[in-house]
Amino acid sequence: MITQFLAVSEPVPAGPVVQWGWVTITVANLVVILAMIVVFVLALVLPFPASHEDEDR
Amino acid sequence: MSRVPVSERSSSMESPEHRGSNTWTAALTRWVEGLVPKGQWLPDRQPAYVASWIYVFGVACLASLVVIIVSGLVLTLGGVTWWHTSSVGHFVNSVHLWSVELFFATMVIHLWGKFFMASWRGNRGLTWATGALAFFGSLGTAFTGYLIQTNFDSQWISTQAKDGLNAAGIGAYFNVMNLGQMMLWHVSLLPLVVGAIVTVHLVLVRRRGVAPPIGATDPTASGSQEPES
Repeated sequence: MITQFLAVSEPVPAGPVVQWGWVTITVANLVVILAMIVVFVLALVLPFPASHEDEDR
Repeated sequence: MSRVPVSERSSSMESPEHRGSNTWTAALTRWVEGLVPKGQWLPDRQPAYVASWIYVFGVACLASLVVIIVSGLVLTLGGVTWWHTSSVGHFVNSVHLWSVELFFATMVIHLWGKFFMASWRGNRGLTWATGALAFFGSLGTAFTGYLIQTNFDSQWISTQAKDGLNAAGIGAYFNVMNLGQMMLWHVSLLPLVVGAIVTVHLVLVRRRGVAPPIGATDPTASGSQEPES
């Protein structure tokens, strides 16, 4: 139990950051934002699968 | 409420007299039925332009919200020590966290898609506004969630936020270092507010129909509420 509480109380490291001038962002947050942009673009360009009902026509 | 024998209730509920009666239950029924055009609460057909991945993110966001609420309810059953010290508690805590991550990611992509197609067109301004309110309400709910982790991370966040809120003059009313207050805001007050806003947003989406891409014909614009296939 004590070990578990010690594990809880350990500070979570923020991880590496990148900096451009006044902009500072963690690599983790930057990766998430870039992944969201990729998903957004893919959603615009990838074809949506046709429904079985449409295929029957 | 008007008294009707049980045997006659089924037919009398559908009768024109019932529809026109002045009871508050009949009025409420008419109001609920009139919120959304007939057959549009759960439509099985949508305009052709909805067959695009960009229209998926609204419902993906809603699905994430369901997982957030269910995992959050499970966390309330076990409580703080449970989600810190048991493996099942860790798992449910992680499900809650990652469903929130997915919720915000899909909500923001939904926001980008709706922004670039100017989805407030066609008398959908209130739909856009309630979506924005749901976003800001969700931000508040997420921030209070960070405050109730009950670890050093949440202590750090709460002390930093306390400085800012004190400077804004609201630290005495919204005390981010008061765990009891933040816990209740996160598990009770804010979920109710966000739930109410999301419900209104969904009703408006069903009422006005999904926004068409720029240049596409909006089947609801001509006065007809029936979607095309």
